[in-house]
This record gives sequence, structure tokens and C-alpha cells, in this order.
Amino acid sequence: MRRLDRAALMGVLVREVVNFRSFWRSSTFSSTVEPTIYLLAFGFGFGSLVTKVGGLDYVQFVGTGTVATAVLFSSVFPAMFGTFVKYQFQHTYDAILAAPVDTEELVTGEALWIATRSGTFGCFPMLVAIAFGLNPSWGMFVVPVIAFLSGFGWACFGILIAAVMKTIDNFSYVTSTVITPLFLVAGTFFPISGLPQWAQIAANINPLYHCVQLVRHAVFGFQAEDLWHLGFLVAFGLIVWRLAISRMEKRLVD
Amino acid sequence: MSALAIRMRGAVKRYGAVTAVAGLDLDVPEGTCVGLLGPNGAGKSTTMRLLTAQAIADEGELAVLGHELPADSKAARAAMGVVPQLDNLDTTLTVEQNLLVFTYLYRVPRAERREAIERALEVANLADRRKAKVDELSGGMRRRLLIARALVHEPRLLLLDEPTVGLDPQVRQELWALIDRLRSEGTSILMSTHYIEEAARLADTVTVMSHGVAVACGRPSELVSEHAGREAVEVYGAPSRLLEVEDDARARGWPTRRTGTSVTILRAEEANGEMPDGERRVATLEDVFVLLTGEEIS
Repeated sequence: MRRLDRAALMGVLVREVVNFRSFWRSSTFSSTVEPTIYLLAFGFGFGSLVTKVGGLDYVQFVGTGTVATAVLFSSVFPAMFGTFVKYQFQHTYDAILAAPVDTEELVTGEALWIATRSGTFGCFPMLVAIAFGLNPSWGMFVVPVIAFLSGFGWACFGILIAAVMKTIDNFSYVTSTVITPLFLVAGTFFPISGLPQWAQIAANINPLYHCVQLVRHAVFGFQAEDLWHLGFLVAFGLIVWRLAISRMEKRLVD
Repeated sequence: MSALAIRMRGAVKRYGAVTAVAGLDLDVPEGTCVGLLGPNGAGKSTTMRLLTAQAIADEGELAVLGHELPADSKAARAAMGVVPQLDNLDTTLTVEQNLLVFTYLYRVPRAERREAIERALEVANLADRRKAKVDELSGGMRRRLLIARALVHEPRLLLLDEPTVGLDPQVRQELWALIDRLRSEGTSILMSTHYIEEAARLADTVTVMSHGVAVACGRPSELVSEHAGREAVEVYGAPSRLLEVEDDARARGWPTRRTGTSVTILRAEEANGEMPDGERRVATLEDVFVLLTGEEIS
């Protein structure tokens, strides 16, 4: 690992922030409206069938669960598509790497920026849920941090996918075989305790599940097991971060 | 011997079975403009990528502004500006925003950012288009902005990769004036091009590249007199006639080159014997280029 120059990270971040000003409307819209629709659909749909899930009102269960959905959508997709477009079509990364910025700093800066957005967008479903009866609590102030940490991992995962894939069309394989199952089996809309044992084990290696649990516990009270969830998210973030850097370097530097 | 902005010795870069750069020596003395002239596929772009450590040489020594590459490439990149062949501006941003982003990427101190942007706008003559989105600019303006963007940190060395490819003749001349001004102000320049006229007009010295190596190096006028002599005779005619002229010239030991519609006999001033009828003209850098690289270019 080389040194991450603050000035280099700053350059990458400033580029993103300045660009974000020109498309923040559309990106904020898609990242917040989609999970909110899930929240409302499941909240009203299932909410009329079930009242309590895991000791929580269903709106509380799903209102905290969709935070993770918002984090996932606002991190992994922008990372996959944005990264691919920036190096393959816009040649933006050629310009950045010609400046005193190394691939490691480029990837880290991009992931930090996406994570920052996820940390923000991730809170939107929770705020909507408050309007529908989720009780505010002090622990909610920790939620942006969890969303940021989780978003960083997913951003790096998305960059890794973009670095590995030959064409943008191949992204649909990843979306349907990896992201959709992870999204569904995370305890967002229904508790994983009702699933067969193998699926429960699978859920435990799903970073999104750990994000869901941490968010729920932040809102309703932390438990000892949250250290495991936190540890998992940190480890996931670190591993995909390093992988994203090494694969991106292969892609960008001949 | 003045200091070298770029010093490349025996650089080799392979891509699988293809050797893009095959033992290249290249010097850019500080304050001069060196033209890297070669046909498409000669290894010019790979050479440019080696200089920014976006490609890592398999063999050879490489130093930019006194920094050894690739180990010390970041320091080198901080002191040079790069104008890429492919336009990679942020198209939804304004002219000014594009420059602002690069003042950060090139670490211009906060207090000097405003001034750096103004200076770059001035150099590229874009001050009155500062608020325009890149999408709204003409091709020539975009290229000027690419150059301005590479200058925000007042680099000592500028790399220009095919700076005028695909532009109108008028726009091209406008860019030449801009590049010439930068050189006269002391910026060292390495410019890759496959336009002969561009190299002849702007470069103090030219390195002719073919198949990844330098096949000739010197001042444009020296290269012409050394390789093509003073005068050339261009013979026009039907393809069969051109073949005849070529065969005849070969038999007499006269160097020739094809120009598509004609055959050119070089070193006409030294030729003894009967020259075929044709247009007598002064030998050019293009003659050298075609002679050395064996390839026709636009």
C-alpha cells in the first residue's frame, strides 16, 4: 500500500462534487424514490397482512430495513456504471491519472464520495417511515455512519465489477445473480429467521444483512451481536477496497 | 549541454506479442519543442503513456524533469501538463468548472486558484466563454480548453498528443500559434503528431519514429538535407509510367518515394544523367518521413 495523498483525494472528490451539481436532481430522485416506493408498497401491502414482525410493527421493521436498500442502490449501481463510463467512454480516468493522482487514490476518492452520498440517501427511507409512524430515537443519528460504512463497501464492490467486466452489458449478470439475491435475502422485507437454514447461513455472509441489522439495532437499541455485524462490514469494506484498487490498476495502467 | 526535460534510454514496452516501443531513445532539452513524428501505430501514444506512468516500461531508463520513472512519477506528473489525443473534458461542466477541477487535481494552492484559472482562460483565449458548457463549444475551442486545462499549474513540461488531429486548417493554425507562444515562454514541449507540417513548423528537433524506435533525430532542416537532399523531382503519369520511372531510378541508384499520384526522385541536385520530366521542387520533411518510415500518411 502506498500513501494516500490528501491533495490527490481532494482533487478526485472536488471533480465529483462539481459534477454532482449538474445531475444531483436525477441521482437524488432515483436513489430516494425507489426505496421509498418499496417502503410504501411493502408497508401497506404486507402491513395489512402482518402487524408484528420480530417484535416490531411492520412499518418499523420495513422502515429501518429499506435504509439498507437505499444504501445499496445509491452505491453499487453508480459505482458500476459510473466507473465504467468514466474510464471506457469518457476517458476521465486517463486525465486524472495524468495528474499527480495514483489509481489507489482515484479508487479511494471515488468510493468515499459514493459512500458520502449513500450515507445521506440511506437516511431518506427512515425519514419517510417516521412520517408513517416510526418513532424517532437518538440511535438514528448513528444511521448515516452505518450507511456510509456500508456504502463504501458496495461502492468498492461496484468499482471492482466495473474493473473486471469487459462490456457494460455484462453488468446484468452481476445484477441478477449477485445483487438481486443479496437485496432480497437481507432481512429487509421479511426476517431471515423464517428462511431454511442454508439461506440463513447465506444471509450471514451477505453484507447487506449486517447493514440491515445494524440499522435496526441503532434505531431500537444496540445488542452485543452488533460488534459482529460492524466487524463484518469493516472487513467487507477493506477487502473489496483493496481488490477494487488492484483490479482497477490492471485495467488503467498498462 | 542543457538539462533534459525528458530523457529516455532504451525504452521497451510490450503488449503480449506486440512490441509497441522497441528500445526508444528520446531527449527533450529544457525549453525546446520536440516533435515525435511517426505514422499511426509507430508507438507515439505508448511513448506518451510511458511518460505519465500510465504504461510501465518493460526495459529502459526514463527520467522526466529529473524524476526517475516509474518510481518517482507522481512528482514528475505534478510538474508537467498533458493534453490527450482524446477529448476527456467533463462535458456537462462549464469551461471555468473544468479548469477549477484541474486546479485541485494539480494542487494549485488555494490563494492562487482564481488567478490560475484566469491565466489559463487568457492563454486559450476563452475568457468570454467561461460560463459556456463544454457541450456548447466548437471542436477548436474544446481543444484550446484541453490545452488550458493542462496549464493551470504552470507546468515546466507539456505533453501534446496529436494536438490538432481532426481540426480545420484555420483552427490548426490558431493552435500552432498558441503552442509556439508557450514554447517561446520557456515551456518544454513534447508533441506527437503525424502531421508533417506541424512538426516542421513547431519543433526545434524532430524524432522520427517507426515500429517503436527512433529512426532519425535532428532539426527539421538537417533531417531534410541529410536524408532527402536539397531538391526533388515529382513525376506524374499513369501507374504504368510511374512503375517505369521507379525501375529506372532504382537502376541508376536514385532514391525515390511514392506520393500516391506521383513518384518523387530525391536528391535531384546530385543526380547525374537524364532526369525524367517532372516538377522540380525543394525537398521537404515529408520526403524524409516517407523515406524513413516507408509509409504513406495523410
